[in-house]
Amino acid sequence: MEKNNRKAWLYLLPAILFLAAFMVYPLIDVFIYSVEEGYNFASQTYFDVGLYNFSYVLHDTYFLQALKNTLLMVVITVPISTGLALLISVGLSSIKALRKLYQTIYFLPYVTNTLAVGLVFMVLFQKTAYTDGLVNLLINWFGGESVDFIDGPYWAKMMVLCIYIIWVVLPFKILLLTSALSSVDESYYNAARVDGTSSFRIFYKITLPMISPTIFYLIITGFIGAFKEYSDAVALFGTDLNAAEMNTIVGYVYDMLYGDSGGYPSYASAAAVILFAIVLTITCINLLISRKHTYY
Amino acid sequence: MKQQMDYEQARRRAAVRKRVVHGVIYVLLSLWAVVVLFPFYWMLLTSVKSYSEYNSEAIPKFYTLSPTLQNYVDAFSQVPLLRYLLNTLIFTVVTTAIMLAVSVLAAFAFARLSFRGKNVVFTLFLSLMMIPNELVIITNFSTITNLGLRNSFPGLILPSVTSIFYIYLLKENFAQVPDSMYYAAKVDGTSDLNYLLKVMIPICRPTLITVGILKVIECWNSYVWPRLITDDEAYYLVSNGIQEIRENGFGRENIPAMMAAVVVISVPLVVLFLIFREKIMAGVSRGGTKG
Repeated sequence: MEKNNRKAWLYLLPAILFLAAFMVYPLIDVFIYSVEEGYNFASQTYFDVGLYNFSYVLHDTYFLQALKNTLLMVVITVPISTGLALLISVGLSSIKALRKLYQTIYFLPYVTNTLAVGLVFMVLFQKTAYTDGLVNLLINWFGGESVDFIDGPYWAKMMVLCIYIIWVVLPFKILLLTSALSSVDESYYNAARVDGTSSFRIFYKITLPMISPTIFYLIITGFIGAFKEYSDAVALFGTDLNAAEMNTIVGYVYDMLYGDSGGYPSYASAAAVILFAIVLTITCINLLISRKHTYY
Repeated sequence: MKQQMDYEQARRRAAVRKRVVHGVIYVLLSLWAVVVLFPFYWMLLTSVKSYSEYNSEAIPKFYTLSPTLQNYVDAFSQVPLLRYLLNTLIFTVVTTAIMLAVSVLAAFAFARLSFRGKNVVFTLFLSLMMIPNELVIITNFSTITNLGLRNSFPGLILPSVTSIFYIYLLKENFAQVPDSMYYAAKVDGTSDLNYLLKVMIPICRPTLITVGILKVIECWNSYVWPRLITDDEAYYLVSNGIQEIRENGFGRENIPAMMAAVVVISVPLVVLFLIFREKIMAGVSRGGTKG
């Protein structure tokens, strides 16, 4: 038994080493960083311990802008993407022919490099000296005015970003919802149909409750994902997100850490801890609500 | 007689209604398919338009009559796209290989061996899964910087190896292999390691492949960590490469060449996806968490 003990730990050793070095230690360290005031990266010294870093971050206009952007993105993209995914999945599960083909197409954005495809979206929406771009062409067809979505007004930039985020996150949601829908027992539907239940009522009273665990899972991961939004914004607006007024909380963390405005790991840590607190709170609230409304 | 006709009529009406509803559904689904595919079409189309053709179109055209491959030549000759691809390939292969080795060993210990504290350690592992990457990346950045590993492959790879979720997935799969096989192997005098290599891994190959592919996708698309840890172009991965190309590559206006680079970067994963479609989709629906 003793020998087996040692051997088991030997098997676990690589994993434990990696986790200790790159997850457990950093996790503790980030909280230490966040309370070290005036930390200097080069000399690795600090003046004092306290909450100044948090206060600095919370009063930084860039952080407030990032917070506002992130909240807007969360509020816009999570409901729309979940709703749209639900509609598409219900449509998908009610057809037989071509279903595989549609599923394959819908999943495609999941495997693409978001930075690369973001450039395509930029080209589609951008208005340059040469051309107004394709999206503006469509807007003009319907009698609207051209808008510069990439360097233009705030609402336009936010709109493109949200459209792109939704385009990127939908594959995952559609995949999970279609597999949830296909696992609903057919006999429920048959029983309801025998009773002459209308299809809307069937959807509302049977389908929705049966797949509610998946929906709540998607809402929770959707919230978490949207709060960590960063690379999609970079893909559309470039690395200098502060100048574009499109920074996100995660972007703020990285800007504080590195780059032209970087070198402040304490501020970065404080911002990361704040983000973590927000995400944790919202996840807990979500879990509480889902307890009440989910049918298992 | 009358009643029967009514029934026949009702049946026919229901069939017509069903067909109409199906028609509407197909139209809407096709519409969404167009929305998904259009960016891909546009990037392919733009990548074969010549520079002068693209810039002379004040109103963009949906087709081109004179496709050219010049942009692809430019993409490989004017910017170090090949370098980026090679770096990404090395990074992806090495990271995935180390991850698989580490995860297989750990999963085997959890699934097959009995030792004191197993449940505690396993729970600890699972709880670490909740830790967001953003929290640990700051210290990892300074760890790697202090070790002098910036702009190097070890610096890129080491923090990207750990994936607790895959350990969990493999452990679940390993646990399904019947105990009797283990005891039979023990009776024959097979060592644990030999059993793992000769029995467990071949049996669980499908899951291993799925996990490997998911990790490959993750590595190929990773952006944040490579951006933090490399500022030397010689170590850029494709995500950073494309960003670099966008900001100071061909000159801002050469969109067609940019799109050619985007196509080159996207193709490997799309091909991988079309080959392993079933595996990838099944794997992601079991626990991918993008989005």
